[in-house]
Amino acid sequence: MRRETPQRLTDYAPIAFPAIMLTVFFVIPFGTMISVSFFQRQQGGFYTPAFVFSNYERFLSLFFANVLGFSLMLAVLVAICCVVLGVPFTYLLTRLTRRAQIIWMVVLLSVLSLSEVIIGFAWSTLFSRTAGITNLLVVLGLMEKAVALSPGFPAVLTAMVYQALPYTILVLYPALIRLDPTLTEAARTLGASPLRAFFTVVVPALRTTIMATLIMVFIFALGSYLLPQILGRPQHWTLSVLITDQAIYQSNMPFAAAMAVFLVLVTLAMVALTLFAGRKREAAT
Amino acid sequence: MSGLTLNSVRKDFGSFTAVNDVQLAVPQGTFVCMLGPSGCGKTTLLRMIAGLDLPTSGEILLDGEDITAVPTHKRNLGMVFQSLALFPHLSVGENIAYPLRIRGAPREEQRRRVDELLAMIHLPGYADRPVAKLSGGQRQRVAIARALTRSPKLFLLDEPLSALDAKLREAMQVELRQLQQQLGITTIVVTHDQREAMTMADTVVVMNQGQIRQAASPMEIYRRPADTFVADFIGSTNLIDMYTDSAGRAVALDQAIPGLSAPGGGKAVISVRPEDVHLTAPGSDGTITGTVTFVRDLGGTIETFIDCAGQQIIAVSTPRSRPEVTVGQPVGVLLDPGVCVVLDR
Repeated sequence: MRRETPQRLTDYAPIAFPAIMLTVFFVIPFGTMISVSFFQRQQGGFYTPAFVFSNYERFLSLFFANVLGFSLMLAVLVAICCVVLGVPFTYLLTRLTRRAQIIWMVVLLSVLSLSEVIIGFAWSTLFSRTAGITNLLVVLGLMEKAVALSPGFPAVLTAMVYQALPYTILVLYPALIRLDPTLTEAARTLGASPLRAFFTVVVPALRTTIMATLIMVFIFALGSYLLPQILGRPQHWTLSVLITDQAIYQSNMPFAAAMAVFLVLVTLAMVALTLFAGRKREAAT
Repeated sequence: MSGLTLNSVRKDFGSFTAVNDVQLAVPQGTFVCMLGPSGCGKTTLLRMIAGLDLPTSGEILLDGEDITAVPTHKRNLGMVFQSLALFPHLSVGENIAYPLRIRGAPREEQRRRVDELLAMIHLPGYADRPVAKLSGGQRQRVAIARALTRSPKLFLLDEPLSALDAKLREAMQVELRQLQQQLGITTIVVTHDQREAMTMADTVVVMNQGQIRQAASPMEIYRRPADTFVADFIGSTNLIDMYTDSAGRAVALDQAIPGLSAPGGGKAVISVRPEDVHLTAPGSDGTITGTVTFVRDLGGTIETFIDCAGQQIIAVSTPRSRPEVTVGQPVGVLLDPGVCVVLDR
């Protein structure tokens, strides 16, 4: 379909509403955050307008580098876990009857209605020594005695994957339902086992979708600040936890803003790098 | 025996029987077309031969070996799907080399085989093109080449030419038949297009409601249909009611037809092809008189619609072999017992 370029000013009218919304709720707050990140903090008070780099300088330490590294590692891990679980799951889901698919979708969507706090406390109960899943394993005779699984890194990872998985499946579902089922059948008639067909046909055909899903879950996981606090030890706290801590408990808005800006920049850089790598591979093949 | 044998193959989907007790022997190297209206079970039968669906009961033998429970990827067959199912993320060459690549064949061998197959389908030098840049006919050829990469024992095609325009389809039919004869590969094509079946097949298998109605050579199917369904489905035909009168003569269109008799001396149906109906002047010896109701002059042939004792008969004649008659005029219809096929009603 060929689209006419807008001729007069009134042709732009339809985009006025989204443009205003985007400005009021995104551009202005984000701009405010950037400017605050250069402000001078008043000890014991709030902040005064200024143009200083001290907030960014303070950030350049080994401690924050470690936290940043950990945050990125955690987010990447969550994204990979979600895609590794989500792609086969969604693939099998699309092969079920329409009815079964709807039931699964309702269950998945109901997970989305839970807040991060509820998810966090639910998992901390499940991982506890007194009421957790290890008690079940003891009953089944698989374990000697019940142990606490939280706080710890596996607990944080599990809860974050649990939280992000419904999004992953929702993003993957449309692409997988559109995938021609005869592609796998063709691969099978050409001598590929069903598992082989999945990895040589389904996964490569969905390369772009999988890449987009990885990026979405990665960004989603970077913003998580409650689950690491509820289920993790201080060394499992992410940059988002520190930002919250600085902004709310230490009343250090300029430093929190500086960290947030830095996180956004690092995220954008990583996404750009991923897309660039993907494009390069596309060109090579 | 060598070739494919289907033994009492049956497939149920819930309470619906898609394929009902099918018995078929396909000798090595023959070209079989499975023909029937949509929903007759022909595609389900093909999918069972491919192993994509499992039969509810019965067995499938390939070269005397029971393959009913053998998974698809171990059957050594090639299949062309209606959607073609070319892998969109791979180039033409990579699509064709796919069966070799997953078997871990050396790159050199893959390239050699791809070049060989591309030459065979008249697309040399297309190996590096993306599949999306090909025309319909070219995609068709690539799908055929990919199915033949492994030199399979069985070549299956599900409505392979249905996406092509009429002219290209006719050309591909000839090409496909020549290719099959050149390779001597046992081939089964599912189609709903009878011209396609008549052009390509050694054996045409006519199916309806999950059952084989007739399996024979195209000429046999056309000349000697086994029942009224086959007679009506293949080409066009006149189906004329016939009964046996008290004197034991076969009567059709209110007139005794010498030389014909109904099996068991009861009621039957005569099938006669429109081109076998001869028109004469009314009242000639041994003819049935009818009234012309419509004339369709197609130039090369003329179709005359005649009302004979309340039944409509269609005659196809060439302009020279036909008396000059117009709508409303009486005409003599000659039914030659030699070309009439008597069928159970």
